[in-house]
Amino acid sequence: MSRYVPSAELAGRVVNGEVYAIARLISRAEAGLTEARAALAGLYARAGRAHVIGITGVPGSGKSTLVSTLAARLRTGGSKVGIIAIDPSSPYSGGSILGDRIRMTDLVNDPGIYIRSMATRGAMGGMARATMDAVDILDAGGFDTIVIETVGVGQDEVEIARASDTTVVVSAPGLGDEIQAIKAGMLEIADVHVVSKCDRSDANRTLTDLKQMLTLGALTADRPDWQVPVLGISSYTGSGFDELIDALTRHRAVALHTESGRRRRVAIAGFRLAKTAENLLLERFARASSELTPDFAERLVRHEGDPYSLANELVAASFGKEDP
Amino acid sequence: MAQPIRVLLAKVGLDGHDRGVRVVARTLRDAGMDVIYSGLHRTPEEVVSAAIQEDVDILGVSLLSGVQLTVFPKIFKLLGDKGVNDMIIVAGGVMPDDDVVALKAMGVHEVMLQDTPPDAIVSTLTRLVTERGQR
Repeated sequence: MSRYVPSAELAGRVVNGEVYAIARLISRAEAGLTEARAALAGLYARAGRAHVIGITGVPGSGKSTLVSTLAARLRTGGSKVGIIAIDPSSPYSGGSILGDRIRMTDLVNDPGIYIRSMATRGAMGGMARATMDAVDILDAGGFDTIVIETVGVGQDEVEIARASDTTVVVSAPGLGDEIQAIKAGMLEIADVHVVSKCDRSDANRTLTDLKQMLTLGALTADRPDWQVPVLGISSYTGSGFDELIDALTRHRAVALHTESGRRRRVAIAGFRLAKTAENLLLERFARASSELTPDFAERLVRHEGDPYSLANELVAASFGKEDP
Repeated sequence: MAQPIRVLLAKVGLDGHDRGVRVVARTLRDAGMDVIYSGLHRTPEEVVSAAIQEDVDILGVSLLSGVQLTVFPKIFKLLGDKGVNDMIIVAGGVMPDDDVVALKAMGVHEVMLQDTPPDAIVSTLTRLVTERGQR
């Protein structure tokens, strides 16, 4: 059949913006292929120019539809837009239905837009493990704006803020009161608040709740160069998108050119390093401990030790077998 | 860890019957595959472009409208134009036996008609990906 195209060759074609190569290399990053590591390293060196926008919100809040309209608007400004849309994997079968793309059908014939669906595959926090690799690949492939759409999240999935220059939290009308709005978690990470479905009459209430929530925190807010806007949009009528694009453009300048923006990039890099190291350790531990774990489990069942001391022993025994 | 098989299930043209393709989507999900569904009324161009962007192992087109001999030549031409030669193409739905022969001659890897049991769909797709090997 067809020959295996080496990742190094694909990387060269990624730089030329070739869709097939971008798509294939993202698959290899997802698979964690050792053969692709060097190619990804090469692309990382070229990446770092794109504006990475994270879009998060509860299921059904209108993220995918918003992304679709937003991407179309950004295209009229001439920028190439990459979209990474994440949906959950089944915790039972490991399979998934990736359904974000279906809300973005208007975009599919535009060569300046690339849409990739990703399944979480057990990763927590609303993101997939290879999301950042995909961002780097698109960045190196010449995409100016990269939009990450998280899984529909609950209240405390905040990892997107550690992956994006600008985080947009989408709230839908009718899902909560002013106490919901002052809870810790997802609402705290927004650089831009968007209330979707503003063609509905109860949207004003949600706008007001969010604005009041922000004034309560005005004295302790940690964004010295930025006032978090609360914007009402309707993907149905198209209203509010000019304001959204304006807010994203202004926040991009803050993210790229201020000291607070630089500190955030360092924090994001630190988080990514820690996360990658964590995954390396987990993989290594899983490999080294797989034969030992059943015996330790037997001992735990027989109460020959407590969970903490046996786990300590298991870690020591596993990493004793190879270099930590 | 083995990677989940990625599948794009597509409906092309004016065919509005998507109960079957949804059952297949659910079956494949429960068999551990990543399934992307195109939605109704797509063009061959949209389907091929989505399949390439998503880098799917398998493109499955469901047809109950009788236009298979129009749609599949277009799909193969578009894939050829873009230099894609390692995608597995399957068809599903209701069609005459002669058309099944014609589609296979055209390069469709497998045609699964309306009486195919779910387990057989899963095992057929798994076999096709195994036979293709790494890419």
